[in-house]
Amino acid sequence: MSGNGGAHNGKRAYKLMIVDDSNIMRRRIERSQQFEELQLVGTAGNGVEAVEMFKKTDPDVVTMDLTMPRMDGIECIGHLVALKPAVRILVISALADKATAVEAMEKGANGFLNKPFTDRQLNEAIAELMR
Amino acid sequence: MLYEQELKTFVEGTTNFFEVTAQQPASIGSPYLMEGSPSVHEYTGVINISGKREGVVYFTAPKAMLTVLLMKMQENDFSHETMRDLVGEVANTISGNARRDFGRDFVISVPSVLTGEKPDMPQKPGQRSFIIPINWRSHSAKLVVSLS
Repeated sequence: MSGNGGAHNGKRAYKLMIVDDSNIMRRRIERSQQFEELQLVGTAGNGVEAVEMFKKTDPDVVTMDLTMPRMDGIECIGHLVALKPAVRILVISALADKATAVEAMEKGANGFLNKPFTDRQLNEAIAELMR
Repeated sequence: MLYEQELKTFVEGTTNFFEVTAQQPASIGSPYLMEGSPSVHEYTGVINISGKREGVVYFTAPKAMLTVLLMKMQENDFSHETMRDLVGEVANTISGNARRDFGRDFVISVPSVLTGEKPDMPQKPGQRSFIIPINWRSHSAKLVVSLS
């Protein structure tokens, strides 16, 4: 993947932001992801907070919930891609219909993982995203 | 009103949630229909449904069950706020998964959470609800689906 990351143990490091309105989900994603090169730089509980956090921290990789208060994930993806076209976005959502996944990808998401998910599914999705 | 296939969607969503999240399947009792507001447990996560269907879906569970579920999720915060967060997330996940069959016009709200065993449940007069009993380990919870 392309990005502005620095170095981490000889590997290129990438900045990660986690967006989800559930604290449990944010902690779960942080705890379960197994990529040493991903450095968590911020979390947000809705799309508005995510855009603000994105401007401050300039992440390379974002996990994005869709159903959130204030600004939903679909709208937020559009803002983040406009700010940084090279950002890699993995949608992690309970919304399981194909039309929503297609819309998210058309807005600029790079992957889609349905909730509920196992740790293995999460790490496979992130690996695919960073390929 | 729900059709049998639609009810099956929620039963499968509930089963899948426990299998994947807790790595321990829940046993689902026979769903039944009732009029008026069913009794609830200490924590209730409510999703409002709009679009081609209208109504509510809610997941209600006792604190003891949520505590064990959090442990299975490797969570170490068992505060009141985390319990509220969890019931909202369960209701959101099961409702969102239902869009696989209902389609994107099955519009789900962000979760709202009620606490206590006698909260004011959102319910239209005369509205009937399907109750899906959930038994997991030694605990009982319910998924309530009330759609017109």
